[in-house]
Amino acid sequence: MWIKGARILDPASGLDSPGDLLIEKGHIAGIYPGGHNDAHQQNAIDARGLWAMPGLVDMHVHLRDPGYEYKEDLYTGSLAAAAGGVTTVLAMANTNPVNDNPSVTQYIVERVKEIGLIRILPAGAVTKGLRGKELSEMGLMKIAGIVAVSDDGRPIESASMMRRALEYAATFGLPLIVHCQDLSLSGKGVMHESALSSSLGLLGIPRLAEDVMVARDLTICEDLKIPLHITHVSSRNSLAIIRHARERGVRVTCDATPHNLLLTEARVADYDTNAKMYPPLREESDRMALIHGLSAGIIDCIASDHAPHAYDEKDLDFDLAPFGTLGLQTLLPALLKLHYDHKLDLLKLIATATVNPARILGVEAGHLSVGGPADIALVNPEALWTLTEDVIRSKSKNSAFLGLQFKGRVAYTICQGRIVYQG
Amino acid sequence: MNWPHKDLIGIADLAAGEIETILDMTPSFKEISQRDIKKVPTLRGKTVVLLFYEASTRTRLSFEIAAKRLSADTVAISQSGSSFEKGETMLDAAKNIMAMNPDCIVIRYPYAGTVARLARIMPCSVLNAGDGFHEHPTQALLDMYSMREHFGTLTGLHVVMVGDIRHSRVARSNAYGLTKMGARVTLVAPQTLLPPGVASWGVEVSTAFDPVIPSADVIMMLRVQKERIAEHLFSGDREYASFYGLNQQRMQRMKKHAVIMHPGPMNRGVEINHDTADSPRAIILNQVENGVAIRMTLLYLCLGGSNVD
Repeated sequence: MWIKGARILDPASGLDSPGDLLIEKGHIAGIYPGGHNDAHQQNAIDARGLWAMPGLVDMHVHLRDPGYEYKEDLYTGSLAAAAGGVTTVLAMANTNPVNDNPSVTQYIVERVKEIGLIRILPAGAVTKGLRGKELSEMGLMKIAGIVAVSDDGRPIESASMMRRALEYAATFGLPLIVHCQDLSLSGKGVMHESALSSSLGLLGIPRLAEDVMVARDLTICEDLKIPLHITHVSSRNSLAIIRHARERGVRVTCDATPHNLLLTEARVADYDTNAKMYPPLREESDRMALIHGLSAGIIDCIASDHAPHAYDEKDLDFDLAPFGTLGLQTLLPALLKLHYDHKLDLLKLIATATVNPARILGVEAGHLSVGGPADIALVNPEALWTLTEDVIRSKSKNSAFLGLQFKGRVAYTICQGRIVYQG
Repeated sequence: MNWPHKDLIGIADLAAGEIETILDMTPSFKEISQRDIKKVPTLRGKTVVLLFYEASTRTRLSFEIAAKRLSADTVAISQSGSSFEKGETMLDAAKNIMAMNPDCIVIRYPYAGTVARLARIMPCSVLNAGDGFHEHPTQALLDMYSMREHFGTLTGLHVVMVGDIRHSRVARSNAYGLTKMGARVTLVAPQTLLPPGVASWGVEVSTAFDPVIPSADVIMMLRVQKERIAEHLFSGDREYASFYGLNQQRMQRMKKHAVIMHPGPMNRGVEINHDTADSPRAIILNQVENGVAIRMTLLYLCLGGSNVD
């Protein structure tokens, strides 16, 4: 199959040129900047006006399967990913049962094979049941197919456990991803702590809840000299702590979410529970710090933290509704919005959701190269569209971006040489 | 009277002129409660549902008496024994009540935001009787009314509120209203009980009570709950009373004409003592009396009753 006339964007090689792509047997068989004269017209996608980039790698999603299939399952999650140009995801372990043993990992791997749409890579739990008390069977899970470990959704409360978890994960060559939250500081908070939370009468989650855990984990990471990935950084102060650590040579990487990069706490002003997530939407100064961190390369990745919740769960009092917003279908549009609104370098932005997370996870994805997997997103960069519930392919509809207009829409998603979505 | 609001959710939504209107109309309603026969037909045929999902004696009774004195039919539902206990959401409960076609729902609710949401979807009037840590607008209106009744004006009054400002919907509603009406407001609490970002409310803030006492015209004491001790917000009653309690010695340092207020219920021996709560300076029971009149005014305005006779 040929893709003809696209603007090829590949951050891994730095390629930004119009040209043709040849796909054979699930792999990229040829990349022809400037075009290929022999490219015959049958079985070709006319991609003039479209951008071709590596299929996105979303290193933070919740697919709720097994156990919470009423929110999302591996199939609907795959549909949502494909519709968003995402061809590789890291599925977090907070399912029911928790993915803390190889049986659950095997279930996911086999189910994903049956579905056969996109590449879903399981993350294993760091601790059994995400309880923070005993290490999980990381080594056996790695054999079964996990590519990273994380207790995401929960912090690793004990510093001793954090230290041992890093050492143990390193034993098996598994990257460790931490959700930084000091539970005593986040307390019963439901939104960012600020003048707005006070006037809305909602209890706040201070930046400190994130900052102190980031500082602790970086101290441990620096001492052990083992790499660590901090997910969904939201606080400008946490980001400064990470920047300082990086300057000292600490091997830390981090990601931020599209919602923290594009929205602020103002989105909560009418108590819309779709805007309730952890970490919370914060202030414009935090958002601008994150954007600056992105352009300065302190933030390595953008990951959606796709967190589906059923309508009835979200349709509750703000205090009682669960935390989380959808994100898979809006990851790529959000990248483009950052490019258009904030003049961020396009290749650098694409790298944050392709080659960068692929490298951190150590997976073969996120780049366009001959012999590499044919995972490609074709995007119409000019298409204007608004996110509505009808557009959402997830089982749940709880997006903080509902009603927002985006410029740039996925036209085709190709995963391992197969068209898995056509817009 | 052409009142533009279907609902009353918070003082933040009212303009100074509207607060003025409410306060100006209230004496004629207060007069009704002083008659021998305390009832006018203004809201005859109207149904007022009182939905209290949180403990309340004063506010609920006050609304109920206000509605009855205007001849409205009232039905009260409280948390215990309601379908709320069976896990029904507020939204469903409200829709069911709505299907019975009341003219007004008065709601007290433990969580912020939901009352406003109901008001948006309900065709009838919704009056907020306190929602979480958000607002308690009728309390603030009765407090402002009581102050104005005593001093003749709110402009230039120095109102000091002392206590758990962080968790107080009364403090929020009063701070919004009083600043709109030109009063000077000082909030007093230990740092731990002040809300984040309080500076943006246009008020003064002090962690020390004693220095602000001599300049206060009104000292309003707020209740402090013991559960704040477990939340690391203060050490206990003894220390609290010693720094923030309104006792005899502090009362003696007040201006001659200054008054003491409390929205109730009081923690005697903590934020207030018998010798201050029961002193001639305390207008705490006037607040309660005025509460009925203010709520009559609001029911009248929002339900668009016929003329007062």
